[in-house]
Amino acid sequence: MASLVAKDAEREAPRGLGHVAFILVMVAVAAVVFMITRSIGNSYAFFAAYVVVQYMVLGTAWNILGGYTGYVNFGVTAFFAIGAYSTVVLHKLTPWMPLPAMILIGGVMAALVGLGTGYLTLRLRGVFFSIATLALAVVVQTLITNWDFVGGARGAYVMRPRIAPLIGGDYIQYLFLVMLGLCVIALATARAIERSALGYGFAAIRDDEAAAEASGVPTLGLKLIATALSGGFMGMAGAPLPYYVTYLDPSSGFSLNYAVNAIAMPLIGGTSSWLGPIVGAILVGGLQEYIRVTISSAVNVLVAGVLMVAFVILAPQGIVGLFQRKKR
Amino acid sequence: MTALLHVEKVGKRFGGFVALQDIDLEVQPGERLGLIGPNGSGKSTLVNCICGTLRNEQGSVSFGGAAMDGLTAHQRTRLGLARSFQLPRPFGSLTLAENLRIPILYAVNARGERTLSGAAIDARCLELLGQVGLADKARQMPRDLTQIEMRKLELARAMAADPKLLISDEAMAGLSHAEVDEILALLIRLNGQGVTVIMIEHIMRAVMAFSQRLAVLVAGRKIADGDPKAVVREPEVVRAYLGE
Repeated sequence: MASLVAKDAEREAPRGLGHVAFILVMVAVAAVVFMITRSIGNSYAFFAAYVVVQYMVLGTAWNILGGYTGYVNFGVTAFFAIGAYSTVVLHKLTPWMPLPAMILIGGVMAALVGLGTGYLTLRLRGVFFSIATLALAVVVQTLITNWDFVGGARGAYVMRPRIAPLIGGDYIQYLFLVMLGLCVIALATARAIERSALGYGFAAIRDDEAAAEASGVPTLGLKLIATALSGGFMGMAGAPLPYYVTYLDPSSGFSLNYAVNAIAMPLIGGTSSWLGPIVGAILVGGLQEYIRVTISSAVNVLVAGVLMVAFVILAPQGIVGLFQRKKR
Repeated sequence: MTALLHVEKVGKRFGGFVALQDIDLEVQPGERLGLIGPNGSGKSTLVNCICGTLRNEQGSVSFGGAAMDGLTAHQRTRLGLARSFQLPRPFGSLTLAENLRIPILYAVNARGERTLSGAAIDARCLELLGQVGLADKARQMPRDLTQIEMRKLELARAMAADPKLLISDEAMAGLSHAEVDEILALLIRLNGQGVTVIMIEHIMRAVMAFSQRLAVLVAGRKIADGDPKAVVREPEVVRAYLGE
């Protein structure tokens, strides 16, 4: 493992922006987005924008394993809910703990589960791996539903503070700000992976695992890195959820919507680049939030389904892929 | 002189089927060895056991004097053992240059003897593609290549790992007369640069032109090993190919 980490630091000559510059630009964009949302002067804007940004993180996390490495994970809700329920536990045990610390712990828990799942299932190829991840989601949901400490099937109430720390105003503003920060970290990580030896190793695994191994790529080790990173970011995306919904029960924490959207958004945006999940999340997530208030809260699920089918058939490279092909 | 590759009493079964039995094989540094045998005689299985893609149940394989048993395929590649696949298996979503970048990043750099980065990797990729005559296609995708170009890419990717031993698994199958000569010249040139080469091939013209020594596998056993001209006249070899 040590040699893997050493190589990760060895990046190719950066195309376009360097890593630090990219992070600064992203922070600036996040700050502008936050100021715009605040200027609307309506809590609902924060609630809607939070969901879109949450899906950016979730889609980016899914894409690290599904898009870069080629392993399709149907068990998104398992990792997402582990993050969420880890916050429920922390809220009961250590209510004074700051939210970023809870997110970090939730992420570590989900990453560990990702590592374990990866170790047990990564010898399965293709669709068999996907089925195993689906089974994981069912197993985790059953365990949580029967765990009384976190409310079991009844669910748990998590009261959010009335006032946001640091920035003042409604607490949802703070939740949104934290999620924006998480999104910047997830994007910077995904983009750094794409340009590093790690990204090339992932791509080799996706294209042909035997040829990758014959070229010196430690496939099992790299796949474990991918499952841990992917699971970890999913957990972090889920960790603030209890404060967002204030009442969390298994059927909402493990809602199929999360899994469908986390897969649909990278596929629609394009799986080859960090930009894909962002484009997908803005398009699908934005459309869903719009339809939720204008037409019906049930129709919004249809959006992801219909768009996903359309893109898989008409533009399998996603929106980003369409533009890349034009450039070439 | 110690052998570069030493295969000792290697045996491999698939269920009840004995694919390899008691295979002994030595390859000296710098040697050009031909390995022939009818279809299904176990040539590719032997390659897979040597390279770590399959685990042999019996016997052992050592490389450069050290036993490799239990090492994974990527660890063996890092030791200096490279192979080309019988059916080309390029990384389809990467350009030709990026295809070669993988073994440079994960075999050459991981080995730690020299570490290439940035522009040095790009230059090395172009140099390798130049050696096989694909330099002008560096930015193309593998799907744009012809069959022989695919074989050349396969060999270039194996060479990108800076191997001591290259195993070429039927790199010439299905190629035209002139194309066979091209690949043949390429392999001999690599050997001239100090790389030991094992060539598995059905095209006897190429095998006889290439091999300094010839080994024959039939039904999972090695039945002959020695001077190519003498080996192809051995009655057992003739019988295996032509029948009684």
